[in-house]
Amino acid sequence: MSSAGPVVDALPTVLSGALALSALLTLAVGYRVIRGPTTPDRVVALDVIGTNVVAIALVFAVLRATDSGGNGGIFVDVSLVLAIIGFISTVTVARYVTEGDIIE
Amino acid sequence: MTGVDPVLLAAAGGGAGPVGPVRAALVIALTVVGLFFLTIGTVGLLRLPNVYNRLHATSKATTLGASGNALAAWVYFGPGGNGLKALVTIAFLFLTAPTGGHMISRAAQRMGVEFEAGVTWPGTTGSRPDDPADDD
Repeated sequence: MSSAGPVVDALPTVLSGALALSALLTLAVGYRVIRGPTTPDRVVALDVIGTNVVAIALVFAVLRATDSGGNGGIFVDVSLVLAIIGFISTVTVARYVTEGDIIE
Repeated sequence: MTGVDPVLLAAAGGGAGPVGPVRAALVIALTVVGLFFLTIGTVGLLRLPNVYNRLHATSKATTLGASGNALAAWVYFGPGGNGLKALVTIAFLFLTAPTGGHMISRAAQRMGVEFEAGVTWPGTTGSRPDDPADDD
C-alpha cells in the first residue's frame, strides 16, 4: 500500500492535531478545577476532564494503529476503563457531599 | 487486494485491513465532529455563570464529543474486536453521563448552591423546592 492517496496520508496529521487541541482543552478545564467557586463546580470540571481523557485515548488508539506495527487497540480498553472509573468517582463524590458517607 | 481471504483477515485480528480513502475520510470527519463538541463543552464550562448551567453545557456536549471520537475508532477498527469496545464505550457514556450529572446537580441543590436570580423551582413561586410545604 505505497500508493495510499492524499486522504489516507493526511490521517496521522489530522489525528495529531486533534490530539494537541483536545489536550489544550483539557488543560483549560483545569482553570475551573482551581478557580471554581463551589465544590460541585470542581466535581463537574473533574468529570469533564475524565470525559476528555476518554476522547484523547480513543484518538490516540487510532493514531497508534495508523502506524504500521503500532499496537493501538489497547488504548480502546484504556478509554473504556477510564469511563467506568470516572462515573464511579463522580457518584462517590456526589454521595459523600449529600449523605456525608459513601457506604453506610 | 482482491485476493485477500476474509477468513484469514478476520483471524488476523478483527478485520481492520489497509485503510482506504473512504474510511480515512470518515475517520477524519468523525474526529473533527467530536473535537467540535468537546470544544463547545469546554467553552460552556468556562463561560457559563452557575454550576447548573455548566452541567447543562458539559454533560451533553462532552458526551457527544467523546462519542464522535469513539465512532471514529469504530469506523477505523471495524465492527468486531476493538471497534466493538468503542461501541460499548459509547453505550456506557450515554448511560452514565446523565446519571452523574443528575447526581451532581442534586448534590449542589442540597448543599445550598443558589440558582440564578429570577429562577423558580417548577411548581412553586420560590427558588426552593419545599416552599409550598411551609404553607400547610
